[in-house]
Amino acid sequence: MEHFIALVTKPDNVPIVAILFLIPYFIYLSYRQARQTDKTGVPSDAALNDKVYVWPYLCRNEFICAIIVMLVLGVWSIMIDAPLEEPSDPTKTPNPSKAPWYFLALQEMLVYFDPWIAGVVLPGLIIAGLIAIPYIDINPKGKGYYTIKERPFALAVFSFGFIILWIVLMVVGTFLRGPGWNFFAPWEAWDPHLVVPLTNVNLSYLFGIRDADTANFFGFVVVAGYFAIGPVFYLWKHKSSRFLQELGLVRYIIVSFLFLTMLALPIKMILRVVLNVKYIWVSPWFNI
Amino acid sequence: MNEERKGLKEKITNSDIWRSIFRHGYEDTGRRYTLQVLQNVWLHLHPPRISRHALNFRFTWCMGGITFLMFLVTAVTGVLLMFYYRPTAEYAFHDVQYLEFDIPFGMLLRNMHRWAAHGMVISVMLHMFRVFLTGSYKKPREFNWAVGVILLLVTFFLSFTGYLLPWDQLAFWAVTVGTNMARATPVLGHEGPFAPQDITQSNDVRFALLAGTIVGPSTLLRFYILHCVAVPLLASVLMALHFWRVRKDGGISGPL
Ligand code: HEM
Repeated sequence: MEHFIALVTKPDNVPIVAILFLIPYFIYLSYRQARQTDKTGVPSDAALNDKVYVWPYLCRNEFICAIIVMLVLGVWSIMIDAPLEEPSDPTKTPNPSKAPWYFLALQEMLVYFDPWIAGVVLPGLIIAGLIAIPYIDINPKGKGYYTIKERPFALAVFSFGFIILWIVLMVVGTFLRGPGWNFFAPWEAWDPHLVVPLTNVNLSYLFGIRDADTANFFGFVVVAGYFAIGPVFYLWKHKSSRFLQELGLVRYIIVSFLFLTMLALPIKMILRVVLNVKYIWVSPWFNI
Repeated sequence: MNEERKGLKEKITNSDIWRSIFRHGYEDTGRRYTLQVLQNVWLHLHPPRISRHALNFRFTWCMGGITFLMFLVTAVTGVLLMFYYRPTAEYAFHDVQYLEFDIPFGMLLRNMHRWAAHGMVISVMLHMFRVFLTGSYKKPREFNWAVGVILLLVTFFLSFTGYLLPWDQLAFWAVTVGTNMARATPVLGHEGPFAPQDITQSNDVRFALLAGTIVGPSTLLRFYILHCVAVPLLASVLMALHFWRVRKDGGISGPL
């Protein structure tokens, strides 16, 4: 418990603690407005053509907002001192070594994937995927107001990615990871000598495959098969689904690839936790 | 009495000194409101009028504005910090210590800079979340969303490069851990898959980032220049573009 308290009260972790309150608050705020719109419909044009002068109305709001934020920042800066530890020493590695809090979701992914995936490929795809969002989301509805009914799929995917895969992993990485990047529940004491037996095995091993070439081929089939779900679904549904026809093949391929890649993270997490799976595909060049 | 006050007021506002400072009076009219925005260099980024719902805190959460405010605070406090800080392995840590203990309000200055930076990271993430929830990235704002994604990365990178500068254990190891993954970049990192034979520890992407094979004095200098000059400049340019596009794309999105 004392380690957990030390983490929660660490000055640099104030933002994470703040996020724990801010995220639920803003989810609540937007959820209420979405419910309202979904019940009463989108406001009519007449109400929207209502324009106000920036000076004084907007400038006044900005001014008040700035004052409040500066007050909060001022109090925060007076009450809590920025940390300064001992001078840097390349020979003394702290355990655990943590990246800054906003990168801890990435560091957390390192548990489940090799660095080239967790540290390079997935972040790259996150960036590319974010930029692609406006171009692959062709739903014209739900622009400029909160709604759930008009875009459930987009909301579900983004919220899952943002809240679970980004915020929650960040919180886990900050508060629940101790020495050796082992998982410690809040009430557990950190044991720096804790050795977790490495019982993880590759997926091919679970299927009784023992020689490397077959395992390599097996891994390839599993990964390729997983990503083939996208195209197969398209071939199966595109005749009958108007949505797929409007989306078009190129957009569909991008959407399904990004979506399956995103889901690969929780799938690998579950495989690891439930079946102790280390790698799904072991090849001479890389492991997935 | 009232007459007298009016006379005095007129005398003052008609005096050469007053007129030299304030070019005109303040009428309570729509024309005046418009000019107030158009003729002010700081406000002219705003349109003269906006739709009413854009004022609503519950709609925008004010998060874009707060991100910008946090950026301004870090810029001002950052310049002040630069007076006391030398980016060399010999001095950096002691300069920060000196700042904390011997400079009047030095500790407060450092705190404000650090917490504003953290605040900026929080608010930019919430801003992105809001923009997504209101579907504001949809036509015609696709490009501004892309600019925003780059700004998000720039914000992370600003914060990350600054993290190293105190040159203490926290800074050193956070940056060591944070840059370690670059080793594993496919093709371009020496431990990554498909790395060609001649990509080694001392010419891969991680080397380019650190200016060395481990975090060292040249990393400190490199991060200092990125943090204090290069990335803030980039961020400013992108923010100007971002704000400009908010206006050109028709102001804050709304259900129309
Ligand atoms: C340094 C970072 C950023 C700053 C200073 C900034 C600032 C702003 C401001 C002041 C607005 C006006 C409306 C509001 O406050 O919500 C705005 C709107 C917008 N921002 Fe940002 N922003 C930043 C990052 C981002 C990011 C990360 C994204 C998305 C990935 C983004 C996408 C947008 C879009 C699409 C709009 C138009 C919203 C609408 O019309 O409703 N911005 N930004």
